[in-house]
Amino acid sequence: MTLFYMFAAVAVLASLLVIAQRNPIYSVLLLIASFGALSGLYVLLEAPFVAVTQIIVYAGAIMVLFLFVVMLLNAPHEDTEYDEKVHPLRRPGPMRFGAALAGALVVELVWALTRSGAEAGGFQAAAVSSVRAIGRSLFTDYAFPFEVTSVLILVAMVGAVVLARRESGPSVPPGA
Amino acid sequence: MPTLAHYLVLSAVLFSIGTAGVFVRRNLITILLSVEIMLNAVNLSFVAFGRALGSANGQIIVFFVMTVAAAEAAVGLAIVIGLFRHRESLNPDTFTSLKW
Amino acid sequence: MTPLLIAQLGLTLVVFVGLLHSAAAMVWVERKVAAMLQQRLGPTRVGPKGLLQPFADVIKLMFKEELRPKAADVILFALAPVISATCAFAAFAVVPFGGNTTLFGLLPEGIRLQVADVNVAALVIFAIASMSVYGIVLAGWSSNSKYSLIGGLRSSAQMISYELSYGMALVSVLLIGNSMSLTDIVNGQAGAWFGVIPKWFVFLQPLGFLIYMTAGIAETNRAPFDFPEAEQELVAGYHTEYSSMSFAMFFLAEYVNMVTVSAVATDLFLGGWHGPFLPASFGWIWFLLKVGALLFFYVWMRWTLPRYRYDQLMKFGWKVLLPASVLNLIATAAGVLYFGG
Repeated sequence: MTLFYMFAAVAVLASLLVIAQRNPIYSVLLLIASFGALSGLYVLLEAPFVAVTQIIVYAGAIMVLFLFVVMLLNAPHEDTEYDEKVHPLRRPGPMRFGAALAGALVVELVWALTRSGAEAGGFQAAAVSSVRAIGRSLFTDYAFPFEVTSVLILVAMVGAVVLARRESGPSVPPGA
Repeated sequence: MPTLAHYLVLSAVLFSIGTAGVFVRRNLITILLSVEIMLNAVNLSFVAFGRALGSANGQIIVFFVMTVAAAEAAVGLAIVIGLFRHRESLNPDTFTSLKW
Repeated sequence: MTPLLIAQLGLTLVVFVGLLHSAAAMVWVERKVAAMLQQRLGPTRVGPKGLLQPFADVIKLMFKEELRPKAADVILFALAPVISATCAFAAFAVVPFGGNTTLFGLLPEGIRLQVADVNVAALVIFAIASMSVYGIVLAGWSSNSKYSLIGGLRSSAQMISYELSYGMALVSVLLIGNSMSLTDIVNGQAGAWFGVIPKWFVFLQPLGFLIYMTAGIAETNRAPFDFPEAEQELVAGYHTEYSSMSFAMFFLAEYVNMVTVSAVATDLFLGGWHGPFLPASFGWIWFLLKVGALLFFYVWMRWTLPRYRYDQLMKFGWKVLLPASVLNLIATAAGVLYFGG
């Protein structure tokens, strides 16, 4: 139980700091810490494959991509003087509404999810944690989504390369 | 022992933090990071439900969510790079008119 | 404090101290082997045959002044070497290096010589390898200097490119070994065909072994893939602005990464701790011999081959190594299916 609270506290605190930080690089690093805590929670939920995949894919690849883009754009601070001085809840109009809406969302979700009454004790059913079972199910029942996902990644890769390409004229041939 | 409700409450809190980030922050990259927080909160509730019902489906769907999140992050960041090249700013408020 | 717990804690301590000493030994081995290849003597003055040279190096590094550029980001500058060194040591936590041993009968039941027995050990190593990119990219960024930034970005781009081939070669071995736990993979390599040729996976997967070692050398930023940190090109790349113990941490991280890659290659391809003549509980001697052979190969490569230029390096990684590893994976899958697994 203490492990759960420890990981949960790290995840929540890191996520709060992500959205509160000015410097985007610190935001990315704090999000990596949050992902690490979530990975620990997956281990507690007896899903070691998902835990390790989270580190490999999210913390090891997607966040490296974010870090590269932040460094490429060299964007240390984004806000105007106004943004730095006034707290979000006192800014006019949409932002205050948005912040209040997020607060209402958390209250409503917590109410909805705890309505059924907490069962004492842990989970009743047995855990399915073997990679073999996951792999078998993935390649038989979910074979079509799997293939579609691979096409999706190909499309995303091509799209990212095309979208980020510099608009340039005919390039100078080497040796000219 | 943490019950299903514990994990769901944590997932709800993380999702709301992500939503607040999308509304409040004025930096395109931080907005994308908040979307990632939301996706992770949803992953957590999938795995928790999968564990509670004793099926592997929760983990398989998480696999697909992670893949889609990776693809979306890649394309989203490419778009951010393209936008930055035009206006030299990452503040969404500078992109308020429809033509370049 | 049962004897088993004490033995486990002692094992952790032994592994940690062993890795530190192996990094020190690698310093000496590298300089001596380089000297032999260049037909000169190498370190001879400090201690017999220069064996105390690494200790002299460490003492020198400890006494140097710890510098930091004025415009460097303080937190990230201090954090980067910590991340590098931590990931290097953490990856060794799931590598088994010996069979069941009861420590000459002191323990009621045997412990395996592995700090943590995880049944997805191969994936854990891959995960920690992808985390070690952060130490380098943060070091390059936080130093706030041109050479560091370019070196850091190039080095991390190289590492994430070669991670793919690394992973594919790993997956090919997982197909043959039929498990993700390194202990099971090693135990699948026990015995010998016709009593003479050991059942190592390197004989079933020669291309996979080559791909794995090449990608491992590129992952650890060693020659001939060390363009991002070569002295003639970029001063010292991502660790230009570091001095004294921070530099020593990067140095240490590089050598420990080399040891980890060699140890995992030994477990996956060269049969781990299995070997003739010795009983199973002394298998760690064979393990050390095999890892030593791979490390010698590493040093030999560095001082023999010229280094790749950066665009040649990236081209090689994406256009040669990745298709080769994918073909290897497909061929392995076909083979496993045909021969019944």
